[in-house]
Amino acid sequence: MTKLTWLRKNLFNTWYNSALTVICFVLLFRALQGAVVWATTKAQWAVVQINLPLFLVGRFPQTEYWRVWVVLAIAFSLAAITAVVFLGKQRFAGFIKLVAPWLSLIWVLSFPVILWLIGGGFGLRPVSSNLWNGLLLTLFMAAISIVLSFPIGVLLALGRTSKLPVIRWFSILYIEIIRGVPLIGILFLAQVMLPLLLPTDFRLDRVLRAIAGLVLFSAAYMAENVRGGLQSVSRGQVEAAKALGLNTFFVILLIVLPQALRAVIPAIVGQFIGLFKDTSLLSLVGLVELTGISRSILAQPQFIGRYAETYLFVGLIYWLFCYLMSLASRRLEKQLNN
Amino acid sequence: MKKLALILGTSLILTITACGGNSGQTTTTNTGGTPVAQTTGNGVRTAGGDRFNTIKNRGQLICGVSGEVPGFSFVGTDGKYSGIDVDICRAVAAALFDNPDAVEFRNLNAKERFTALQTGEVDILSRNTTWTLSRATSVGLDFAPVVFYDGQAIMVRKSSGIKSLTDLKDKAICVQTGTTTEQNLADQMRKRNITYKPVVFEDVNITFATYAEGRCDAITADRSALVSRGTTLPKPEDNVILEEVISSEPLAPAVAKGDSKWGDTVKWVVYSLLKAEELGINSQNLGQFTNSTDPDVKRFLGTEGNLGEGLGLPNDFAAKVIKHVGNYGEIYDRNLGPKTKLNLARGQNQLWSKGGLLYSPPFR
Amino acid sequence: MTNDKPPLWRDSRFWNIAGQLTALFLAALVVTVLVSNLNRNLQQLGIQFGFDFLKQQASFDIGETLIAYKPTDTYSLALLVGLINALRVAITGIILTTIVGVLAGVARLSDNWLVRNISLVYVEIFRNTPLLLQLLFWYFAVFLGFPKADNKISLWGLIGLSQNGIELPWFTLSPEFSALLLGLTFYTGAFIAEIVRGGIGSVSKGQWEAARSLGLKPGLIMRLVIFPQALRVIIPPLTSQYLNLTKNSSLAIAIGYPDIYFVASTTFNQTGRAVEVMLLLMLTYLALSLTISLIMNAFNRTVQIKER
Repeated sequence: MTKLTWLRKNLFNTWYNSALTVICFVLLFRALQGAVVWATTKAQWAVVQINLPLFLVGRFPQTEYWRVWVVLAIAFSLAAITAVVFLGKQRFAGFIKLVAPWLSLIWVLSFPVILWLIGGGFGLRPVSSNLWNGLLLTLFMAAISIVLSFPIGVLLALGRTSKLPVIRWFSILYIEIIRGVPLIGILFLAQVMLPLLLPTDFRLDRVLRAIAGLVLFSAAYMAENVRGGLQSVSRGQVEAAKALGLNTFFVILLIVLPQALRAVIPAIVGQFIGLFKDTSLLSLVGLVELTGISRSILAQPQFIGRYAETYLFVGLIYWLFCYLMSLASRRLEKQLNN
Repeated sequence: MKKLALILGTSLILTITACGGNSGQTTTTNTGGTPVAQTTGNGVRTAGGDRFNTIKNRGQLICGVSGEVPGFSFVGTDGKYSGIDVDICRAVAAALFDNPDAVEFRNLNAKERFTALQTGEVDILSRNTTWTLSRATSVGLDFAPVVFYDGQAIMVRKSSGIKSLTDLKDKAICVQTGTTTEQNLADQMRKRNITYKPVVFEDVNITFATYAEGRCDAITADRSALVSRGTTLPKPEDNVILEEVISSEPLAPAVAKGDSKWGDTVKWVVYSLLKAEELGINSQNLGQFTNSTDPDVKRFLGTEGNLGEGLGLPNDFAAKVIKHVGNYGEIYDRNLGPKTKLNLARGQNQLWSKGGLLYSPPFR
Repeated sequence: MTNDKPPLWRDSRFWNIAGQLTALFLAALVVTVLVSNLNRNLQQLGIQFGFDFLKQQASFDIGETLIAYKPTDTYSLALLVGLINALRVAITGIILTTIVGVLAGVARLSDNWLVRNISLVYVEIFRNTPLLLQLLFWYFAVFLGFPKADNKISLWGLIGLSQNGIELPWFTLSPEFSALLLGLTFYTGAFIAEIVRGGIGSVSKGQWEAARSLGLKPGLIMRLVIFPQALRVIIPPLTSQYLNLTKNSSLAIAIGYPDIYFVASTTFNQTGRAVEVMLLLMLTYLALSLTISLIMNAFNRTVQIKER
């Protein structure tokens, strides 16, 4: 009975809604039917099965896989701790009190450790950045780029709202130029022009150049996000702080920035999702990240023409990460609003 | 006090404008009307002999390859590089370090390959690159001897009924951009006054994939690439390469211009591969030649004379190359010969003494 | 005199000026160093800066042109062909994506459960996967997966779908163009749907109730009361989506559609003039972005509340 009323209320409440429901249902049914038939009979998923390690870590040496697992474990436990701190559950109150002040420090310290685990050196077998491919490279570059672009973005945002005309105009110029140009152009700039701009005997690794491009690009967008946050801090706060005798530097550092950044955390997560997706463009400048490796895999003689399977699988990986991040960001937003 | 600030400020501004003026001046003198020959001369002075020592000190050769052309350079399922382009680099590493594995390979696409060489990201470009005048001059490459004589050709599906270039009128032709191929095609079609529809891609895999999917009626590339790639098409036997050869494509390794010492090293390592085949020396019978009385062989293997010294290499560098990598014939057979899936006849890529084009200057 | 003036090192105005001058000086220094590096590197490569190459013969062919072009023409004409191709995809893309986005956004608020959730699934799938991957999928899995031109799929006898692209009664769209257009449309449409949903959601409930009490039908309420008000919230983020679509059209290079970026890339490849080509590209995209922003800002002014 309740099911019937639900149906009537949600699907058949007016005549045109009924018509819409029928049309949508037929279309949906046919699409699903086609997809299921294709996936179970026509598709050959061997291309994914056989190349799974390539998709995930690329040509990273097999004997060193444990290092990737350790990195994964570190990242996961850090993420879990952060989640607990942010969600602020009563049960873990003691733990939160203990960990919260150190959280950002732990994150910062984890970076060199992760870098060491992946790259080697200091007792570990070195692994050339040429061999970090697939999802590993995608995650690595997205994470490094967002972390590096953060301080630059904050500086640019402060510069753009600064009263000093030279600094303000420089910031505006940078932000608007970068935002007016496609990312692929910036990546081209980083791959081809950067070596020309640097001294002859100073060479940057190809992965580093790609990161430089991503950071240059991302910083401009970060600046706009942070600027939104800066504008949300009321003038009264600044005036009150100044009345207490703080000088401009400390007013910004201690009063304005913490509030501004708190307001834009969801926007930054959103930007991270965008950056994560944008790393796929690196395949166009010769890097073998997730999209790049799938293009190489599609060149394997036995798997030529298996586009749909490969792209759907890779798409699923991207989707999972992006969707989970956007879910997390929505939770975070709710938490911050409370 | 205000005055002081003003003075300070103006002096600062003056310094800045002065700096700007200076840089502007240098810019104009650098770019304005300096003849190309002279700038290249400058290049020689600044970079002379550096590269060789850099590589020696690094203990490893960095070699730019395509990584995507079967038989020339590609990554096998074991993650190791192989192919004729790859073996050239391994030969150079063998001469330098007595170790053919002291090479790091970098995949380069057609667009970035020259910049990578010019900016020193790679020491040597061994990436089926056509030797052309403009690349040797305005792009600033220094070519080693040709390691593979190729020619551009066109592949079509047998069922299409296309027999010659004229049959391609208004047909879609898949072609890779950033190669001499694209321009050759335009030239040839213009000469014959044939209109066609180019479908152009940056990526060689995608170019072939698009042809395989049936988007194009024909695909054009170097003959060797068509043969090697043709074997990876879903139904290789359904495709045929047209007899007409569009252009000659001598493929050669290259180094950056302006470093003759490093250029010589690469050149003579390549020649040693040809010379060894001419002398009948290969990796299997090398031992038998160590006691040879033939002065030619003795000089070549470094048991007599000091030919290596001029290159900064050990005198027996050629022996090391042959020991590790084999002579040209062995390299060819291993990568493109009848025992491989590609099975390319040697044709022009035979020694001069057997009717081909390969020839080494004397080792003396 | 000196009593009411603070000493120089305590004068914030002095520090402001000095700081700015230092910044200016540093910027000039960095630029000088970079430019001199560039000069030295280019000199070593034997390349001279200048735009003369634009008058040289391009000697490559372009698959799709709206104006007459042949390989004997100049690089500048080739670049113009690319620009026109880019504009073609950007303009049609903006129109189509607006339609798709508004429909999906309104569908997200439909009282029909099925419609609402289909739209939700569409938005979540297309927003959370990279555009490049979607383009590759459209091109290889969809368009090249269609049958050959001889036995094309015919939709109502009007539209023909085959490997040769979309055949309309008047003209044929190449598969490269179609894949790029559809990819951009559906990707951007998913973002626009969220913007439209947010915009409509921002109109207060009272407006709905007031309109309903006047006896207006739901369709009319949407068109006459809610949508005009929502537009004010929608337009600024919509503008940035249009800008994104235009910039993203440069991904054409991945699937072989000859837009401005593609032609510039080939030009760079043949001439080796990285700096000049990059400058031209940047200026072109900045001009495009600026034009779109100006048009949208003008439109924005017409829908804002006119306070009297």
